[in-house]
Amino acid sequence: MFVINCPYCGERDQSEFSCGGEAHIVRPKQPTELSDDEWAEYLFMRKNIKGVQFERWNHAHGCRKWFNMVRDTSNDKIHAVYKMGEKPPVI
Amino acid sequence: MKNKYSIFSLIKNAFSQHENWQQAWGNPEPKKEYEAVIVGGGGHGLATAYYLAKKHNMKNIAVLEKGWIGGGNTGRNTTIIRSNYLWDASAGLYDHALKIWENLSQELNYNIMFSQRGVMNLAHNLQDVRDLKRRTHANRLNGIDAVWLDTKQVKEFCPIINISQDIRYPVLGGTLQRRAGTARHDAVAWGYARGADAMGVDIIQNCEVKGIKRNGDQVEGLETTKGFIKSKKIGVVAAGHSSVIANMAGLKLPLESKPLQALVSEPVKPIIDTVVMSNAVHAYVSQSDKGELVIGAGTDAYISYTQRGSHDVVEGTLKAILELYPIFSRMKMLRQWGGIVDICPDASPIISKTNIKGLYFNCGWGTGGFKATPGSGDLFAHTIANDEPHKLNAAFNLNRFVSGDLVDEHGAAAVAH
Repeated sequence: MFVINCPYCGERDQSEFSCGGEAHIVRPKQPTELSDDEWAEYLFMRKNIKGVQFERWNHAHGCRKWFNMVRDTSNDKIHAVYKMGEKPPVI
Repeated sequence: MKNKYSIFSLIKNAFSQHENWQQAWGNPEPKKEYEAVIVGGGGHGLATAYYLAKKHNMKNIAVLEKGWIGGGNTGRNTTIIRSNYLWDASAGLYDHALKIWENLSQELNYNIMFSQRGVMNLAHNLQDVRDLKRRTHANRLNGIDAVWLDTKQVKEFCPIINISQDIRYPVLGGTLQRRAGTARHDAVAWGYARGADAMGVDIIQNCEVKGIKRNGDQVEGLETTKGFIKSKKIGVVAAGHSSVIANMAGLKLPLESKPLQALVSEPVKPIIDTVVMSNAVHAYVSQSDKGELVIGAGTDAYISYTQRGSHDVVEGTLKAILELYPIFSRMKMLRQWGGIVDICPDASPIISKTNIKGLYFNCGWGTGGFKATPGSGDLFAHTIANDEPHKLNAAFNLNRFVSGDLVDEHGAAAVAH
């Protein structure tokens, strides 16, 4: 449990948000050309990092906007919050 | 040779004030090389080593544990055992485990306090009723005992439940598996550790894996905090940390690790003699032999390795518990803790070979691995020894995420995740 600084609404309790998992997984441009292995990689395989992770969050019980966050999963410390489309910060 | 535990050994040791009991397992330094190394000294890992030695005649096995035996999820779960899963593959897997549980105390000569007190799963809306009735039919076709109880029968089976139809999530009925129940969670790890040690397995505690050495597509050994350990067969049973180990070998797994919480109340006299679970309101409760209510809460909805969990999750669970059992309104909670569970997209485990030769994974048990401990160890040992899965775990391979042949057990996982 922690406080998240929503880039649109400011600081709110984590329970207002929902997590969309690993960020920057690019949707395949040519889905019809993908092999089964590539589909599995895109749909299911995750880094599931213990440490600094880039992830997507949604302010589900607030502005309902998606944004990105850099968080250390080993201690839940948030390093950065940035809007969708913005360049990920170097941590 | 280990001394047998019996009434006679108890009396004999009473004369020496119980000061001369033999150590249950040793504390060896790692050898340079092993035939097989199991990473993770929880119940599943120790069971794997036990069955590798017992059924597959392997002599030179090590179990590496980062912390201490029984200190991970083995000592953090809510000890529920059942096999009422929907799909044939899961029914086979979990009932295999349940059958081993039924004789495990005798087999290990160690009292694991297995208690078939029944597990009841509640339905709170019409869809729950349809799903749970379907599940009882599926269970019975697979030879698993399951009955449907209407609201009145639920009340008869567990008299403290509030069956008022005016509450937010009224009880519309439930399923009951009478062969299901609980066991003492640490005792399972201790019993397997003692049994494996007696057959020559080296149980190495405080030994963390730092890297996996590969030669092309064959594993060569492990870098650990106690030096390099050579082995051509490595079985990883690291629960929430499975992905961390997989990443060392350059593998990605379809897992997300999340904190799952549990809590116990102050001890009270016997009040609930079964296990009651509710998927919809996410509350499950049983009572330990010490008298504490053992309550399972939900997972946090984000990846975290913190072994804590959020307060609002516990709050939600306790609200549901109080609505279902108003009698507990003045109970004080004694302890709360979290464990890190590795959740698969289809809520089913992975007991599988990988595309790296000699590297095997047993993971993805998510929120419900304890119940499978003996079966999981048995089948994983078979997979490692033969380099082929047993027919009971063939469906639980890693390749199902490529082929699409998933074993979707979200409905039967008994808690929503």
